[in-house]
Amino acid sequence: MKKEKILVQCVVNGEEVAEYVDPRESLLDMLRNHLGLTSVKRGCEVGECGACTVIIDGETIDSCIYLAVWAEGKNIRTLEGLEKNGELTRIQEAFIEEGAVQCGFCTPGFIMSATVLLEQGKELTREEIKKKMSGNLCRCTGYQNIVNAVEKVMRENTEKAE
Amino acid sequence: MYDIEKYYNAKTVSEAVSLLKEHPDARIISGGSDVLIKIREGRMAGTSLVSIRDVEEIKGITRNEDGDILIGAGTVFSHITADPIIQKYIPVLGEAVDQVGGPQIRNIGTIGGNICNGAVSADSVPTVFSYNSLLHIANEDGGRIAPVREFYLGPGRVDLHPGEVLTHVVIPKKEYAGYHGHYIKYSMRNAMDIATLSCSVVSKIDTAKNILEDVRITFGVAAPVPYRCVETEEKLKGRTLDEGLYQELEESVRGEIHPRDSWRASRDFRLQIGGEIAKRALIRTAELAGEDTCKGGEEA
Repeated sequence: MKKEKILVQCVVNGEEVAEYVDPRESLLDMLRNHLGLTSVKRGCEVGECGACTVIIDGETIDSCIYLAVWAEGKNIRTLEGLEKNGELTRIQEAFIEEGAVQCGFCTPGFIMSATVLLEQGKELTREEIKKKMSGNLCRCTGYQNIVNAVEKVMRENTEKAE
Repeated sequence: MYDIEKYYNAKTVSEAVSLLKEHPDARIISGGSDVLIKIREGRMAGTSLVSIRDVEEIKGITRNEDGDILIGAGTVFSHITADPIIQKYIPVLGEAVDQVGGPQIRNIGTIGGNICNGAVSADSVPTVFSYNSLLHIANEDGGRIAPVREFYLGPGRVDLHPGEVLTHVVIPKKEYAGYHGHYIKYSMRNAMDIATLSCSVVSKIDTAKNILEDVRITFGVAAPVPYRCVETEEKLKGRTLDEGLYQELEESVRGEIHPRDSWRASRDFRLQIGGEIAKRALIRTAELAGEDTCKGGEEA
């Protein structure tokens, strides 16, 4: 294939981005290699492990099986966009408090899945949380502390709302 | 980087049809969760692609004035599950596609891709069969309508000719009004797994007389293509719902399906669970029919 580049214009972590990408590149390639957003991890590359999870227009997707050219016009969020003035979000803090991080490779993907879940504002059962987080794999923690962290913030949010 | 030869982006159905005609070797890509993985694995390496992701006319779900439900082929699984029309009239379909892969996959995978890739394990397909759905297919000659039950030719092969695009899955009102459905996926894990065996049962029950007026039983992974148990259906129609019927269903289904030995499960194991999940699914549809009657039996 000839090396013809396609211009992709989108919003990444609140900032407008215009990048010339190869149509063979994945969004993962674009985020890591063009924009330096290395929280987006290259894991299985077949959409099973969830380490490359990002949020597009409010929904989580695996950026490894999403072509960069599909990002045109989209609003994309990665872990780098979560903190404000050096302050972590509540779910990031809760991951630390609950010991939900060990080697850390899967953590950005888990945080993005949890972020969407918490933003939906529903209080879910533990089983429902597990189902909603089932597209992310962790080989260290055994998941319990990750679910604990999500459950903790969900409960806090409900208490605040009352 | 993916090994893609040429990439073409269609904005309308007619543009997709003409691009496919112009480039007969190109493959259609929609959600990408099958096609990109096949490219990565080398099975489709070097292919050219015609993307139908930006074709807005094949996204979303509508109910026309006749009550028929039209599901755009480009509608992703999570949107089907969340759709009020699906939740009201054919909730079993929303439940079935909520069992595909994981959340991220359900946000990109489409029902059209699930049908057209021809996989016998596709989670939407047994239910699409049990509702006698019609497929609207666009082509150069103004398009055609194909019953889904005639669409599967063999493992991984469907009756979609070069230059054709599946645009809508249509469930006619007469096929869903008064019916209840239940889908059971048997797999080793609850998420990120492919069905070892799956079964969708749709039934119409006269709850006052306890008569099974109509029943449709479709299996995934029980044959080279999605398989309707027509013989069993005919035996059971019009009979009283009782323990005897459930037992006959179990045995009859085991005699009718022909699963194979694979690394996922043996034929014997599949036969065993086949009878069991068909029975459980029919029992569940009877419960749903009963609940509906209690609520005043809202007719579609």
